[in-house]
Amino acid sequence: MEFQWTRKDLLSLYDLEPREIEFILDTAAEFKKVSQRNVKKVPALRGKTVVNFFVEPSTRTRVSFELAEQRLSADIVNMSAGTSSLKKGETLLDTVKNIEALQVDLVVMRHSAPGAQDFIARHLTCGVVNAGDGAHAHPTQALLDIFTIRERKGSIKGLNVTILGDILHSRVARSNIWGLLKLGANVTVAGPATLTPREFESIGVRVCHDLREAVADADVVNLLRIQHERQTAGFFPSIGEYAKFFGINSDTEKYLKPDCIIMHPGPINRDVELSSEVADGPRSVILEQVTNGLAVRMAVLFLVAGCVKR
Amino acid sequence: MAEYLFNRARLIDPVKGTDRMGDLAVSGAFITGKSELKNPEVIDLNGKVLCRGFIDLHVHLRQPGNTGAETIATGTRAAAAGGFTSIVAMPNTSPAADNAGAIEYLRQTAARQGVVKVLPCGCMTKNYAGAEMTGIGGLKKAGVVAISDDGRCVQDHALMRHIMEYATSFGLPILDHCEENTLAAGGVMNEGKWSVLLGIRGIPGEAEELMVARDIMLLRRIRGGRVHIQHVSTAGSVELIRRARAKGLLVSGEITPHHLALTDENIKKYDTNYKMNPPLRSEEDRAALIEALKDGTITVIATDHAPHTETSKRVEFDEAPFGIVGLETAFAVSHTVLCVENKLPLPELISKFTAGPAEVLGMENYSLDAGNPADLTVLDPEMKYTIDKEKFFSKGRNTPFHGFNSVGAVLMTMVDGRKVYVNDDGA
Repeated sequence: MEFQWTRKDLLSLYDLEPREIEFILDTAAEFKKVSQRNVKKVPALRGKTVVNFFVEPSTRTRVSFELAEQRLSADIVNMSAGTSSLKKGETLLDTVKNIEALQVDLVVMRHSAPGAQDFIARHLTCGVVNAGDGAHAHPTQALLDIFTIRERKGSIKGLNVTILGDILHSRVARSNIWGLLKLGANVTVAGPATLTPREFESIGVRVCHDLREAVADADVVNLLRIQHERQTAGFFPSIGEYAKFFGINSDTEKYLKPDCIIMHPGPINRDVELSSEVADGPRSVILEQVTNGLAVRMAVLFLVAGCVKR
Repeated sequence: MAEYLFNRARLIDPVKGTDRMGDLAVSGAFITGKSELKNPEVIDLNGKVLCRGFIDLHVHLRQPGNTGAETIATGTRAAAAGGFTSIVAMPNTSPAADNAGAIEYLRQTAARQGVVKVLPCGCMTKNYAGAEMTGIGGLKKAGVVAISDDGRCVQDHALMRHIMEYATSFGLPILDHCEENTLAAGGVMNEGKWSVLLGIRGIPGEAEELMVARDIMLLRRIRGGRVHIQHVSTAGSVELIRRARAKGLLVSGEITPHHLALTDENIKKYDTNYKMNPPLRSEEDRAALIEALKDGTITVIATDHAPHTETSKRVEFDEAPFGIVGLETAFAVSHTVLCVENKLPLPELISKFTAGPAEVLGMENYSLDAGNPADLTVLDPEMKYTIDKEKFFSKGRNTPFHGFNSVGAVLMTMVDGRKVYVNDDGA
């Protein structure tokens, strides 16, 4: 199959055609083989410069991107909001324009404001990879989730995938929803009504507030981290009540089909949304997700870098 | 004394309920009888529309405090280009217009530098902080036509009740920005399908509707009280106002052209020129707003002209200030949406720019009768043009309507018998 990748930016999965998503996943499968070799480094991005610009703090995503860049032989610069000029009052656009003026090829950016990457990408000729923007999108996380599902289940089409937790505030949920819908999965979002807006029904997602009903037919349950600050803001009464009604543990695990896998983008709140025995049990593919993240990010960086014209 | 004779004009006068071909004479600052003229300049309108000058109840002139975004000089020229002869200046300047001295400054500066009539509005609470009532009597004496805390909403219901009662002593209408703070907190766009899909914090319609309902409820027992709801944006607010008016309460509302033309779906690209407060709402809300103008529930179109520098708008969506400019696009956009697309008769649209706002301010007989000030607007309802922000008189370029293909244009604006705007493309 002849397919030509044409985008210099990866901003969200909403923007992508199904075949583009499949192409990233296929490319990632090739890079995964590289990661399993004795020598894990390839010269694909040799001579290219990537700036990891994390305006919002991150540990795992940033490490994953950095490793992916190193294995592609790119030159790397890391910036965070603390070391950038944003603290001195420079605008975001001026900061990234300055980065670009240093002949950088790619900017990998995380930002707390939804749409921040869409905004800067419009003004830059270098490539932009979204490493998470507010509650909007986290495309590489969704791609690695979907990659992991595809590896385990063979194909996405027709699968029942339940995303459980704080959907309202989750960029991981939104990117998963778009990616999964585009590839033909049946998507359910579940959690307390305050965190699972019904508006998702308008795009063909099932919205469910009963754990048992939400997971009964699921081939995949993807759990999202529940943040304590949501309790403070009054979205639910207590972490204890959340865990009791919406957590996956040895009591609620019995609602799952025998072959249902458990996913989590991390970091896990052990014994809140997910009990240790399930997190560490045979259903869990959580560490595979982390491994696959590296291959997926290598694929994304490789593809978009190929479309940056300088 | 300058004299003008507008020939072959389509004279639309919503106060009189007339729409007829005829002539209109101007002598000095006033409309006069044709027989009074000695040697007038004849302006042949060849069937173009002539009406009383537009009144905008909702304008931010940014002076004092933010003259990089707009000044009285530029804002009033933008108003003239939009067909407005009188504009109500919102008091949320820096410092705020919450005292007689600030009103005096505004009046004097406008008299020297403005080209249209600037009608001052004073804060109803000090520094529009919602805590202490301003000296409403003193503001009235200094010349305010209304009071408003626009940009913010008094959350304390007891204080609001006192303000509404106290304002009746001075016959001042309240222009109220209705927003309940706990529901709106942190929101930057309408709460609905698009905020959910875009991951942007939403402002639910209920944040507006609760305070509209509050105002209406309080108004019921305040004799002579008059509340005008600013920038009505939801179907629910419209319904509340409709029922209150049916019961005879003195409540009115205004709708902005952008809420008539655009919806929250426009925010898909995170363009900050679609960010304003109240936010663009859903298509159902938009339809209800159009219906409310057609059935007379809403009597005023106002711009909420809110200039911002390009720098301040060229940021992340969350970070951008709320607001867009509107003076120079108001007629074109509302005529296109209401008259062309939704079949509102032109005289009714003109009423929303003239008789409607005049009634809110208690201006009597805002008609084309001889003896009235020669504040006049000439319109070409057929003229097609593409809105170009680079041609604005306003300092503000923050408009979502750049490139909008509109039908209907302002050809000339006259204030007190002086031409303050002539459209070079149309004459």
